[in-house]
Amino acid sequence: MAAAASTMLDSLPAPLLRALRLKTKQQELLLRVSALALIYVLAFAVRLFSVLRYESMIHEFDPYFNYRTTLYLTEHGYSEFWNWFDHESWYPLGRVVGGTLFPGLMVTAALLHRLLRALSLAVHIREVCVLTAPFFAANTTLVAYAFGREIWDSGAGLVAAALIAVCPGYISRSVAGSYDNEGVAIFALLLTFYLFVRAVNTGSLAWSLAAAFGYFYMVSAWGGYVFIINLLPLYVLVLLVTGRYSQRLYVAYNCTYVLGMLLGMQIRFVGFQHVQSGEHMAAMGVFFLLQVFFFLDWVKYMLNDVKLFKSFLRITLTCVISVGTLALGIGTASGYISPWTGRFYSLLDPTYAKDHIPIIASVSEHQPTAWSSFMFDFHILLFLFPAGLYFCFKRLSDATIFIVMYGLTSMYFAGVMVRLILVAAPAVCLISAIAVSATIKNLTTLIRSKSKSPQTTGKTTGSKAAAKGAVDQPLPFQHNVAVALLLGAFYLLSRYAIHCTWVTSEAYSSPSIVLSARGHNGGRVIFDDYREAYYWLRQNTPTDAKIMSWWDYGYQITAMGNRTVIVDNNTWNNTHIATVGRAMSSYEDEAYEIMQSLDVNYVLVVFGGVTGYSSDDINKFLWMVRIGGGVFPVIKEPDYLVNGEYRVDKGASPKMLNCLMYKLCYYRFGELTTEYGKPPGYDRVRGVEIGNKDIKLEYLEEAFTTSNWIVRIYKVKPPKNRS
Amino acid sequence: MATPLRLAALLLLVLVAAFASAARADLVISRADRKVDLTSHIVRVLTSLKVENAGSEPVSKVLLAFPNIQAKNLAAIRAFGTEGKVKGLSSILPIEVVEPSGVPPELTFFSASLHKPLTKGKILHLDVLTVFTHFLQPFPEEITQADSQLVVFQDSSHYLSPYPVKVQTLSIRLPGGRVESYTKYGNTKLVDSELKYGPYEDVPPFSYNPIIVHFENNNPFAVAKELIREVEISHWGNVQITEHYNIVHGGARLKGEFSRLDYQSRPYARGVSSFRHLIARLPARAHSIYYRDEIGNISTSHLWSDSKKTQLEIEPRFPLFGGWQTTFTIGYGLPLQDFVFSADGKRFLNITFGSPMEEILIEKLIVKVVLPEGSKDIDVSAPFPTNQWQEVKYSHLDIAGRPVLVLEKPDVIPEHNLHFQVYYKFNNISLLIEPMMLITGFFLLFVACIAYMHTDMSISKNSPSYLAKLQWDEVQATVQQIQGIFGQCLAVHDKLETSLHDLSRTGDAKSCKAARKAADAQLKELAKELKPLWLSVQSSPQSYQIWPKLEDLVAKEKELQEKLMARHATVVDSVEKKQRGQDIENRIASQQQKIAALRQEVESLLEYLSEI
Repeated sequence: MAAAASTMLDSLPAPLLRALRLKTKQQELLLRVSALALIYVLAFAVRLFSVLRYESMIHEFDPYFNYRTTLYLTEHGYSEFWNWFDHESWYPLGRVVGGTLFPGLMVTAALLHRLLRALSLAVHIREVCVLTAPFFAANTTLVAYAFGREIWDSGAGLVAAALIAVCPGYISRSVAGSYDNEGVAIFALLLTFYLFVRAVNTGSLAWSLAAAFGYFYMVSAWGGYVFIINLLPLYVLVLLVTGRYSQRLYVAYNCTYVLGMLLGMQIRFVGFQHVQSGEHMAAMGVFFLLQVFFFLDWVKYMLNDVKLFKSFLRITLTCVISVGTLALGIGTASGYISPWTGRFYSLLDPTYAKDHIPIIASVSEHQPTAWSSFMFDFHILLFLFPAGLYFCFKRLSDATIFIVMYGLTSMYFAGVMVRLILVAAPAVCLISAIAVSATIKNLTTLIRSKSKSPQTTGKTTGSKAAAKGAVDQPLPFQHNVAVALLLGAFYLLSRYAIHCTWVTSEAYSSPSIVLSARGHNGGRVIFDDYREAYYWLRQNTPTDAKIMSWWDYGYQITAMGNRTVIVDNNTWNNTHIATVGRAMSSYEDEAYEIMQSLDVNYVLVVFGGVTGYSSDDINKFLWMVRIGGGVFPVIKEPDYLVNGEYRVDKGASPKMLNCLMYKLCYYRFGELTTEYGKPPGYDRVRGVEIGNKDIKLEYLEEAFTTSNWIVRIYKVKPPKNRS
Repeated sequence: MATPLRLAALLLLVLVAAFASAARADLVISRADRKVDLTSHIVRVLTSLKVENAGSEPVSKVLLAFPNIQAKNLAAIRAFGTEGKVKGLSSILPIEVVEPSGVPPELTFFSASLHKPLTKGKILHLDVLTVFTHFLQPFPEEITQADSQLVVFQDSSHYLSPYPVKVQTLSIRLPGGRVESYTKYGNTKLVDSELKYGPYEDVPPFSYNPIIVHFENNNPFAVAKELIREVEISHWGNVQITEHYNIVHGGARLKGEFSRLDYQSRPYARGVSSFRHLIARLPARAHSIYYRDEIGNISTSHLWSDSKKTQLEIEPRFPLFGGWQTTFTIGYGLPLQDFVFSADGKRFLNITFGSPMEEILIEKLIVKVVLPEGSKDIDVSAPFPTNQWQEVKYSHLDIAGRPVLVLEKPDVIPEHNLHFQVYYKFNNISLLIEPMMLITGFFLLFVACIAYMHTDMSISKNSPSYLAKLQWDEVQATVQQIQGIFGQCLAVHDKLETSLHDLSRTGDAKSCKAARKAADAQLKELAKELKPLWLSVQSSPQSYQIWPKLEDLVAKEKELQEKLMARHATVVDSVEKKQRGQDIENRIASQQQKIAALRQEVESLLEYLSEI
């Protein structure tokens, strides 16, 4: 930035230049602050596409739960929220909401709402929820700036802020309306890292304390805090191994860990996991290791005898390691320390979930990342990342080691799961920012040294040597090449900006509740079927009605339909979900018994055969079979397949053609002509004519079908009188 | 069917009572024509009476009788009277509920007070408009999607009156479509969709002759269980109206399944009893119209507007079948000058009371008029009685809250869509309160920022780090001054340079020498200025980082000065000796290079200092 400021100054007339030279610093500050302010506004504004395109609404699935709980929090107060037992979900089990969620997001939104109210701005809590994510994304740019300044220089900080403001990987989770934990969690994550690095750099207790509080906020907001609690010890370990141990590190890590752990225990959902769960043991191990290291250091200083110290070292190390292993072994064996959870395993090993936890594998955002989505979400950052790593290695410091480790580990996790691209995004932006900033700085220095020399001497020869000292002999056309490279860099960056805007407006701003498509005449056609169905449920079913649907729609039904559901997106009870999966994949009479036992009044299915909406229940059906079959062996996946092939047309297996899901989706569909020139009952998603057109329902009746058939609701008939 | 039986019993009672009170027959109704409109679910009966005073006393009141079961559904009653033969200007007559003595309790009486008493033998034309709600009973009460809705209408073929009626007719307009059955008496005919009873002659008072019409009516039975209408006045130029509807289909309930396929393929055959849209007629200059519900915007609505009205067609999220309900909110803004006027130092809002929806019955209407903050002396004038109370609403930037006047009325029908007025006092100065508050708020914020920047917040004033910071600030300030001085030095160097250029052009060595002298003096001056600053930096313990650079800078600059002077002297000397340009160039070439290098170094050093 300073470079830019002074190049600008060079073009000014000499007297003015002299007058302004004095204020270079202020000018630089002004430029920096205004650039940051613009980036802040940009980060907020670019995320408002969804509001402009659609409306101010909550998106997707989980945000509806968050919104519902926030509403509850604002209406009933904090202690009620903390003790909330929700009987509208997981019927008949219910859910202890206060103890099974991360309250950070809701509390943040409620506080923001209260603050605005205190400023006598009468805003609705929904608007606050919708804009929470963009607001925090804008704040993240400030943290990114500070972080960039900490690890490189203020130029890199500014570039990092600009890159992260529009990075699609981050935008995908923080557009207006995407009211999810990640929205505030990425801010908290980056803040914690920044404060920790700052603490390591300064060795100050104050910064360590701040890092502990940042960590506390992260723990309260998102389960991803496990990443922090494992990355920090890993980082400390690397510093120890590379011989970069210092008092600063000792102060920073101990203070952050101890306080962060104690604060983290205050969150009910996390509880004593910091001392009891296998995932948190690395941090504790490193904590003890640091003490040992410090102790040894002290002993070494006191002893002043190499030989003696060596033997002492050997004894201590053996003791410590054996005690540690013993403690861990006893803890694990006695069940005091819980082993790693399946989710943790599936992060380390991409193939684990597929074999062991179908419910995790069934979620599309838990799939391994494809190259295209890396390209889509990072664009040029993907190429700048290695360049940035090169610069980091060239100027190794405690801070750059941290960012390198953060970048590499998060990149690995991003490769394992699509949704973790989000965690990698800040690291990738920071490292790329280093590359961009360092390159541009080098290039501009080259150009400036050229352009200045003719001004002072009027001659070109000889001045070059003076510019860089006699050692740095200029290459031919150096000036031109530098200009060309600089232009190239700006071209790339502008392509990045264009790409990001395009991606945001086209791909990441759809609320997924409202679907839109292009009509015949190019106009926009809106499919608002989900809300149609949910509102119908809300208005025209008894208030205590129980709705059975696949778990994806649970949160939305409770939030928008205000009705009790059997299972929802908080997939905490696999058996319960498997029961629903079993009901969906059984014959109608068997399913009826299951539904009776669960007091189900209505069944809701999502069907895209009329509109060509591909993420419908028929396409998800195999997962229902798998999850159901995982618990109830009566359900066997091969029964629904023909030669390993999944089909719904005439060639489908008889079990498939008569299971509840098939019947509910295709009930009376055989009479409907969906596409011109195709037979009636032509499924536009699967592209086939359905195999069972004569579907009779015995125990259920159609209660409501939305205008585009996307949601179909069936009423479960009461049992027949005994005759 | 229990109701006809009950009616018959009632009839008996009525007849008994009628004989008991036959004495009041001073008035005679010479002709009674009733027109019943059954096309919508709101039943409108227009009764044209020709009342004749047969007694000797002048009569000032005309009694109108209704059975209680009708009276409880009566939403509005209005009477217009004209005296004399010619049907001229009619005037609205005030109507009140009365309880005359000696009448059966099954009847409710209304009395229309005449403006001037009806003297003997005079004739009065009296038009009575009565509007009933919930009068049409769906029968059967539950129908399937394919059925059309049948309703039952019950009334008397004779006009129920405490007076004898000479000639009377009854005509019932049906919505068209199937007529399942109707009570047939003599003189009954059904032509197209009009059912006619009568004329009947010389019917005694209180005669009741029940009839039942069972017919098809598929018009929307839109009933708003509750409508909250909020009218918010902003004196910045807007009247904002927000209407929260809770609408239910009040007709026969849907039984069995709802099939979208049937509904889509044959909407008129399958789903004929349902309705899918409602039409609202908004005032002409309505703007910023929205239509949403608890879970978001509803995208199915259409809007037409012309200079007279704005027509909004809204489609609920799903078609409404019998018994189904939905809730939604519509809102729109209206220009202030069309609805708020001022008179006698007061302002008043003049706006319609009811809902802009067509043919909708509102079971409970709550109108809230939100006046701007600071309004006083609130007063209302409504054309019909309402429950009233006041509330306070807090909106953006409110301190005391906005006064809200609430009017509540049950059973509101389109006939109640009359203007009502709310009078209040409001000072325009109050408008500026909120902007001023904002300005003050921001001003205070900035002042606080400035104050923060200028105050010393450190806790211990003599801690080493604090002192170090102070010293460092001092050093920075001095370094900046030093930079300034060096900048001036460089400017002097430039001047020397230009004088050389002038020399090569004009050959005026004298002026060139003078320039050198001046420059020399200036530089000396600057050096003098530099000295104290230089010393202060040197003495400060915080300058260890930049001290070497500064030293370097001073040395380099000094060298540069010397070199420049030397070159200058050489050039001037050579010119005086009339040497050739080429030779001069050669002589100073080496110096030139050194000077350029030195200058570069000095500048880079200065830059380094400025970046601290």
